[in-house]
Order: sequence, then structure tokens, then C-alpha cells
Amino acid sequence: MISLTDVLTLSGALFAIAVAGVFLNRKNIIVMLMCIELMLLAVNFNFVAFSRFLGDINGQIFVFFILTVAAAEAAIGLAILVVLFRERRSINVEDLDSLQG
Amino acid sequence: MLAIYLTIALAPLAAAIAAGLGGRAIGRVGAQSVTILAVAISFALSLYVLKRMLIDGMGPFNGTAFTWLVSDGVPMRVGFLIDRLSVLMMVVVTFVSLMVHIYTVGYMHDDPGYQRFFSYISLFTFSMLMLVMSNNFMQLFFGWEAVGVVSYLLIGFWYTRPTAIFASLKAFLVNRVGDFAFLLGIAAILRCTGSLDYANVFAGAQRIVAAHVQITPTLAWPAITFSCICLFIGAMAKSAQVPLHVWLPDSMEGPTPISALIHAATMVTAGIFMVARMSPLFELSATALSTVLVIGATTALFMGLLGVVNNDIKRVIAYSTISQLGYMTVALGASAYSAAIFHLMTHAFFKALLFLAAGSVIIAMHHEQDMRRMGGLRKYMPITYWTFLVGALALIGFPGTAGFFSKDALIDAVHGSRLPGSGYAYFCVVVGVFVTALYTFRMFFMTFHGAERMDRQTREHLHESPWVVTAPLILLAIPSALVGWFTIKPLLFGGFFAGAIQVLPAHDVLKSMGAEYRGSAAFLVQAFTAPPLWLAATGVFVAWLFFLKKPALADAAENRFRWLHRLLVDKYGFDWFYERLIVDAARRLGGGLWRFGDEGVIDGGMVNGSARVVGWFSSVMRYAQSGYLYHYAFAMILGLASLLLWLLWRT
Amino acid sequence: MFATILFFVFSAVLVAAALGVILAKNQVHAAMLLVLCFFDSAVIWLLLDAEFLGIVLVLVYVGAVMVLFLFVVMMLDVNIEELREGLAGYWPLAAAVAGFVVFAIVNVIVGRHLGGAALRAAPALPAHYSNTRALGVALFTRYAYPTQLAAVILLVASVAAIVLTLRRRPGGKPQNVSEQVRVRAADRVRIVKMPFGRRR
Repeated sequence: MISLTDVLTLSGALFAIAVAGVFLNRKNIIVMLMCIELMLLAVNFNFVAFSRFLGDINGQIFVFFILTVAAAEAAIGLAILVVLFRERRSINVEDLDSLQG
Repeated sequence: MLAIYLTIALAPLAAAIAAGLGGRAIGRVGAQSVTILAVAISFALSLYVLKRMLIDGMGPFNGTAFTWLVSDGVPMRVGFLIDRLSVLMMVVVTFVSLMVHIYTVGYMHDDPGYQRFFSYISLFTFSMLMLVMSNNFMQLFFGWEAVGVVSYLLIGFWYTRPTAIFASLKAFLVNRVGDFAFLLGIAAILRCTGSLDYANVFAGAQRIVAAHVQITPTLAWPAITFSCICLFIGAMAKSAQVPLHVWLPDSMEGPTPISALIHAATMVTAGIFMVARMSPLFELSATALSTVLVIGATTALFMGLLGVVNNDIKRVIAYSTISQLGYMTVALGASAYSAAIFHLMTHAFFKALLFLAAGSVIIAMHHEQDMRRMGGLRKYMPITYWTFLVGALALIGFPGTAGFFSKDALIDAVHGSRLPGSGYAYFCVVVGVFVTALYTFRMFFMTFHGAERMDRQTREHLHESPWVVTAPLILLAIPSALVGWFTIKPLLFGGFFAGAIQVLPAHDVLKSMGAEYRGSAAFLVQAFTAPPLWLAATGVFVAWLFFLKKPALADAAENRFRWLHRLLVDKYGFDWFYERLIVDAARRLGGGLWRFGDEGVIDGGMVNGSARVVGWFSSVMRYAQSGYLYHYAFAMILGLASLLLWLLWRT
Repeated sequence: MFATILFFVFSAVLVAAALGVILAKNQVHAAMLLVLCFFDSAVIWLLLDAEFLGIVLVLVYVGAVMVLFLFVVMMLDVNIEELREGLAGYWPLAAAVAGFVVFAIVNVIVGRHLGGAALRAAPALPAHYSNTRALGVALFTRYAYPTQLAAVILLVASVAAIVLTLRRRPGGKPQNVSEQVRVRAADRVRIVKMPFGRRR
């Protein structure tokens, strides 16, 4: 049967992959946003796993809210991206350095 | 009576404020009138108090007018101690001040700072009165400092002259050195007795004797010696004793009236007065008395010698003042406090007279002060001539004059003292009589007799000074001639200062002198058998010979003893020592600290340096703000990783 | 047993899809692979008895969020050539960071922090256990307010997205209804009195 450590290992791996994805995809900001969704997915895995193995429904409640916020955040992030693209005509992260000190 | 004392002290202050701040509202005539009136009131009231004390037999007054503050249980008050000593000083101070005020009307007539001058001399009168009337150390110190400040203002009265500014700063700073020691002395007394009032301190004097002051961890001095010597150092600065005398000759940069008022009669006598007032304390320390004796004697002789080679008429009188102050100091050291005060009083009269007469000469000569350009003024300025002669005779101690009585009494007192150093002191004061006569009559002959060495222009304008100038001269000549005869007995031998001055029986030379005293006439006759009179006569003769009859002899002597002449002209190197070794060194230290410490360390290192560090740091930190999202994400991940690490390693 | 095998199979697919997302050269491929990730996760959650959330994952995440992603991916006219370059140089750093994160997580898992054998097996569920019901009960009683707040967040997000991207086309003539309603007769019609045929 599935043990807790297995699920946690899976979610850890997923998280690590998503982190690596953030660095690798400098040219494409959309893929970067997708990697953020992957990170959130990994976290959700953790919550669900612990909720199942500790018998507490609150973990899944939290996943519910994370889903909500993730959806909202994705929407707004993409809206900003669309506006940015209209101005810059590029989604290359290396072009977006106006905040440089 | 308290109201009278307050009026005596505060009337000149009110007049000073009115004259100083009145400006055009009060005008020149207003300024002179209000100040002369105020000082006249103070003088009249002082005479009244004197009469009450002498004739009506009023006892001493010791009371508080106002408590300023109480600090740690020690109250600081404004109070008056009016006994025989202070009332005598009050009369002398107000009389001479009044004479100088009237004289100033003539002397400073053409000066643009006329009103300011009257305000200052009135302010000075107030300060000096507060000093002599005080009943506690704080007020004494206040008066001490105040006269120092007004002296600074007056020496630098013509503030556009660099020599005047230099002299005023010199006076103030040298006095500061003395004031520092003075304050240390007061602090030691406060610590031992717990009080600043004279009455409490004198009553608890034994506690000071028993105590010790820890100078270093291994060296402890008796507190009484320490505090008396510290107090005396203050007096040394104020009364121009060696080595803190250097300011007084330079103070001649100020107008002549203040040389007469401050640097002859009143401010410089504050030190003498203070030591006499502190006689209960000084009597308890033989070391302090010996110190006073030796320093006074050294000053008396060696400063007199400087007067022989100087050519500025005011400076000769200045050195004479320092020398005579040395005489008074010697008397104090010999425990003959009454004799010192007696000489103080007579000296105030004849020295002020000499200064004012010199001022009269200077006005007539159109502000020429070099005696080598004077001569033969006798026929142009008779009143000045005769009054100057009276003053000169009093100075050398011509029999019958006031100066004679006080000086001879003083020399006898020193002769009778048995303290260590009294032999040296006696030698100095006796030789000093010769030197005094020498320089006094050198000055007299060079100025009023002999060939006329001034230029034609000046000679044609020579005339006697107006009455506002000559009237004070005459009024001062009278006591210079007469006051000694009448006052010697009561002052010295009649217990005039009974409550005010205390002398231990072992030191009491005046008592033994008093036993032999047979009256003024006998005193006068007896003088012919003692050395001083003949030494003075010899001095006058030598002066006549060298400077009037055969001036070539003076030049020959100068050539023979060139080294001595050079030493005297350089004033024994005191000025060189102070200016090169102390003032220059202090200036250079200050400059170095400014460049290195202030500009280098504080401005450069700390103020600008911290700004520079912040700037450098932020220039390094700005590379973290790349603007790239993935860098920021990286930073977040790194932070997360560190947190994880720390959490893991913690448990 | 069967569940375990299924779990490992789907885990493998999930990890492979995730790697595909980050390494894909074509961003459309990346998006589709992410969809696969989500589906896969939904299945795994089903295996973990969190069926409601699994279905929600498909409905909301795939059905809405990923569709949104795909819209944007398709809409933005991006130069594909540019995207292909420069992935190589950043390998070491990414691998290092990822490796470190894995290391930290494994340390937690394998270490003594997880309460030992008790968590080796999932506790048995009570009979007639309904995951949906349990979620519903908790959501509408204890977490009633957070639920409302979540709704507000979604409202704000949708409004914000519209506001951010709204642009007016030039030359358009939109209707402003409130202005139309506010109009009065006097603004549109002016009665002019004219005299009857006297002058020409």
C-alpha cells in the first residue's frame, strides 16, 4: 500500500523540478508561470497526503483554498502578462529588467 | 542698613546699565551725569557707614540679601559682610572711582566710545564693591571674575588696535590661570568645611587643618596649605605677582583713567584684600605665609628694576605698581595684614594720582607717551607738575607723606618676622627702596625737567589740562600727603581691624612694633636712623646725576652692563617664555587637533566616512537588484533553503 | 497492492510530465504536458481517497486555469526561434538548487521527524465515508467565513483581470446608459417660435 514517505517523496521531487524550471526558463515567462503552478501542485500533494494519513479533513480544506487563490493568481498573472506583451512585444524574462537598481 | 549696602553696590550697576544701553536716549551728558551721580551716592553712603562704624561704634554686619540657589545642601547667596576692613575698601574704591569718573569727562572728551566707557567704569565699580562687600566665597568669586571681565573690556576699549586686543586677551587669560587655582582652593575649603560662608569657614578652620588633599595616590598635602596656596595663586594673577604679572604692563594699552582705576588702585588690590580677608586661614599655614613672603619680595625688587630701563611713562608707573603690590604681598606674608592694607590705601591714592597726572601729560603731549620726547614740562603744566611731585614723594616714602608711613611700617614689620624667607624678603624690600626712588625720579626728571626734546608743533600746543582733569589730581594729592600721619596709629596699632583680621600671637609683628610706637612724630624722627630713608635719598641723587645732570653717565652705564640692560629690556624672558613655549605650543596643538582630529577623524572618518561606507555598501548591494524575475525567485529559494537547513540542524 | 502499482505508474508519468514542462522547447507542448500533470495528480489523489479534490482539480485547474494558459499561449505571437536558445548554460545552477531542495526534503522524510511506523499505512476510513460530505460539512460550518472570503478573492481577481487588460478601441461608439437615462427634453429639442408667412 501507499506509504506517506512515498507521497512526500513524490511531492518533493515535483517541487524540486518546478524550482529548477524557474531558472531554466529565462526566455519564456509563460513557462515560468507554469512552473509556479507546479510548485503549488506539489504543496497541495503534501497537504492531501497528510490529511489522509493523519485523518484530519482540515488539510483538504486548505487545499481547497489554495486552489482558489492559485486560480485567482494565475488569472491576474496572465492578465499582466498580456498587457506587458502589448507594450514590450516580448515575453523574454531577460528583457523585463526595469526594476534594475 | 541692608538697604544702604544694597544701594552702595547696586547704584553703579543701575547707572552702568542706563549709560550702556541708553544710547542716544541718554546722550553723552546723560551718561556721564548718571554714572558720576551713582558713584557719588555710593561714596557718600560709604562715608556714612564709615562714620557709623568709627564714631557711633556700630558693629560689623553679616547678612544675606538674596539666596540664589541651594545645591547639594550648600546655599549660594548674595550677602554682605561689612566690617572695618570692607568699609575701608569701600571708601577707597568709591573715592578713587569718583575721581576717575570726573577725570574721564576731560580725558575721553573726543572719544567716540564716551558713553560706553562710563558704562564700563561704573560696571567695574559695582563688581569691585560686590567683591569687597561679600560674605561668602561665591560672591567673592563672582566679583573676582566680573572685575576680570570689565578689565578685559576696558583694556581692549580701543578694539580696532591689535595691540589693545592682544593685551586684553593676555590679561584675561593670565587671570584665568589664577582663577583656576582660586577655584581649586575654594573647592578644597568647601570640601573640608562644607560651607561657602566666611563665618562658617573661619569657625571650622581647624577642620581644614586636620584634613589632607590627595594630590597623587602617594602624595598628600595638608589641606590648609593647599587651599591657601591655591587662593594665593589666584591673588598672584589678580595682583600681578611674579610669574603671573605679565599682563599688567600690557594693560597700559587701555586709556589712562582705567590704568589709574583698575590697575593701580582697585582691581589689582583685590588679591591683597582677599588674602587679608582670609587671614584666619593663612595664619594656620606657615608654608603658605612663607610662599607669599618670598613671591612678594621677588616681585618687589625685580619688577622695580624693570622700571629703570623703560621709556614709556605709563609702563614705568605700571612696573612701579607691580613692585608696590609686591611690597603689600610681603607684608601679608609677614602676617602684618594691617600694614598691607594700610599701604594698599595709601598706594591707591598716590598711584592713582601718578597715573592721572601722567594722563594729563599725555593729553598735553597729544598722546605721546615716550619720555625721551618729553622734558622741561614744568613751566607749561604747573598743577600737574606739583601734584606729580607729591605723588612721587609719596611713592618713594619721603618723610611725612602717606607713603612714608606705610612703607616704613611695612619694612619694619618684615624686619621683625621670623618666618623662613624673611631675611631674603627684608633684603629685597630694602634694596627695592633704592630702586623705587631711582626709577621714580628718573621718570620725574625726564618728563618735567631738563632739555625740551619734543618737536615744535607739540611744544606750541602745550598747556595745562582743563579743570575736570586737574581737580581730581589735587583732590588725590591731599590724602597722598596727609592721610598717613593721622591713620597710622589707629590702623596699625589701634586695633582698627580687630574683628576682621586675625593674627596668631607667634606671628604678630605689628604687636611688638606697636609696643615701641610713640606717635607719628617719633616715627618720623626714628626713620632718619634707619636705612630706607638714606637709600631713597641716594636713589634720588643717582637719578638726578644720571638723567638730569650728566645723561652721558647713563649711556656709559648702559654700555658697561649691556647684558644686564638686555635682560631687563627683555623683562627677564617671561614674555618670550609664555608666548613661545605656552601660547604657540597651545596654538599648534589646537591646529593639529583641528586638522587631524576634527577634520580628519570626525569629519572625514565618522561623518563623511559613514556616508561613504553606506554609499560603497549600497553600490555593492545594487547588484542584487538585477530586475530579473528569476534572480528574485532564486533569492527566495535560497532563503527557503537556508530556513530548511536551519530547522533541520536545530533539532 | 493494485493501488500501489497504480500509484507508482502514475507517479512516474507525473514526474516525466513535469520534466517535460520545464524542458519543452515549444510552449504549447509545455502547456499540454502541464495539463497531463494535473490529470495525473487528480488520479493520484483519487487513490488517496481525496476524490472531491481530485475532480475539482480537473474541473477548475485543467478546465479553467490551464485553458486560460492555453488562450494566452496561443494569443501571444511569440518568436519561437528565440525560445530555443540558451537553455544549456543554466543547467548546473538549476540542478544544484533542485538537488539541495530534494536533499532537504528527503532529510525530513527519512529522518526521525515523521513519527515512525504509525504512518506507514493510512488509517482505515469509517464505513460510508463520503469525502465530499466531510468537506462540505467542514466548509460550511467551521470555514464558512473563509469560504465567503475566497469568493470575494475570486471576484476581485476577475475584476482586476478585466481592468488590467481593458482597452478602448479608437473610433468605437459605446453606449453610456446612465447618460442616456439622464437626458432631458430640453437638451435635445429647442422650440422656436416662427411668425406665419409675413416676410420671405
